[in-house]
Amino acid sequence: MFAQKFEYTAPKTLDEALHLLANGAKPLAGGMSLIPMMKLRLAAPEHLVDLRALKDLNYIREAGGQLHIGATASHYDIESSALLRQKCPLLTETAAAIGDVQVRNLGTIGGSVAHADPAADYPAALQALEAKFVLRSEKSERTLSAADLFVDALTTALQPGEILSEVIVPIDDTRTGTSYLKMAQPASGFAIVGVAARVRQNAGKISFVRIGVTGLSNRAYRATAAEKALEGKTGSAADIQSAAALVARGVDANSDLHASADYRKHLAVVHAARALKTALSRIA
Amino acid sequence: MNINLTINGKSYSQDVEPRLLLIHFLRDIAGLTGTHMGCETSLCGACTVELNGKAIKSCTMFAVQANGAEIVTVEGLANDGKLDPVQEAFWNEHGLQCGFCTPGMIMASKQIIDRHPSPTEEEIRHGLEGNVCRCTGYQHIVNAVKAAAAGAGK
Ligand SMILES: Cc1cc2nc3c(=O)[nH]c(=O)nc-3n(C[C@H](O)[C@H](O)[C@H](O)COP(=O)(O)OP(=O)(O)OC[C@H]3O[C@@H](n4cnc5c(N)ncnc54)[C@H](O)[C@@H]3O)c2cc1C
Ligand code: FES
Ligand code: FES
Repeated sequence: MFAQKFEYTAPKTLDEALHLLANGAKPLAGGMSLIPMMKLRLAAPEHLVDLRALKDLNYIREAGGQLHIGATASHYDIESSALLRQKCPLLTETAAAIGDVQVRNLGTIGGSVAHADPAADYPAALQALEAKFVLRSEKSERTLSAADLFVDALTTALQPGEILSEVIVPIDDTRTGTSYLKMAQPASGFAIVGVAARVRQNAGKISFVRIGVTGLSNRAYRATAAEKALEGKTGSAADIQSAAALVARGVDANSDLHASADYRKHLAVVHAARALKTALSRIA
Repeated sequence: MNINLTINGKSYSQDVEPRLLLIHFLRDIAGLTGTHMGCETSLCGACTVELNGKAIKSCTMFAVQANGAEIVTVEGLANDGKLDPVQEAFWNEHGLQCGFCTPGMIMASKQIIDRHPSPTEEEIRHGLEGNVCRCTGYQHIVNAVKAAAAGAGK
């Protein structure tokens, strides 16, 4: 299986990369989605710009009370980051659940987000974390929310010539617990359904809930009705059950050979309940 | 495009088409046929090699992406005719039958032991998720990784 012919550049600086991208080149990161597509000739870019050559896009650091993750940080970099493990365990847990070790060694958070596979894992966590995304082109820089970035299956708000350069996530205090749970497709590991839960407790009551769902529909989303249903409650088994029952309501669920729409919705409810329970149990 | 790779300690400098996959460089240009091509679609792990210390699937990387990298293939493990502890353990524990998946399994196993010097069974199985074997049923492979880890520390 050979890809169609293309030109390849490993740029030295971000400016050089952005200039090439402004002139029609396409970014290549870990290649874990793009190369299989090129081999199947579902994609045939004429010019690839290798973002992994840019060492200054690969970082994970804390600044201004938030965590900043460079686009080319690999799933393994994230899974094994001591900083993230301590300050954003939802992201390390999610990264560790992606594919297999070889995929995690190469695949990047920027590539996963930009590819926007409806079955990808990060989008659930990034919705629950209300992450922000820094997008850069030769001429502009803008920051989008998860709600604005993820548009549809394999479609984000990224414009031609623009790259995702950084993902920003908040640092939660110790009254917050998180969990990511998925039903994995046995061959690839992709999420048939995946749910990320983030809950905070205050004086015995749940004061804050964020639930991100991936795999169920064309784009990962926040299950706001379920979040509202749980806020102000104590978090009993019955509270969790009735909130989880709302995660798939009104959603146009995907159906494919791995799972029918009804089964996917059922999985979303079951996984939301389990993820919420685990998140609550993790509050220090 | 001209690229320079170090494979098993030996340098190679070669003009290649950007679309040449790393596995074809290894097998056809360097003549190192120990790395196997199974599925060609990044699912089976038979093509696993080490790139700058990390296990990767060489069927899903262009050779140009590896420009300047250090690569280790299964041929690079034995030293002066003495097998690497992981190879030794696969032999002793019957971690193979037909042997097709073995080079990839061994490279993935080395990554497990690098990252978890005393791996638990769960860590071993998690680390082998990207490698498929049609013969052994995996139990002997898991045993081999355990044995290699236990022996490697001695
Ligand atoms: C066997 C296998 C199993 C997998 N299992 C899972 C799984 O369980 N869960 C999961 O979530 N994913 C899974 N994946 C996908 C994997 O996570 C990919 O790494 C990820 O989707 C793409 O990231 P990448 O860095 O490899 O991007 P690439 O493949 O290099 O690029 C993907 C797309 O994004 C664009 N792009 C890349 N970086 C940027 C950027 N910074 N800005 C703008 N555009 C950019 C590229 O042009 C391309 O269109 C699997 C992949 C394989 C091969
Ligand atoms: S040949 Fe590379 S993963 Fe199967
Ligand atoms: S030993 Fe035959 S495929 Fe693994």
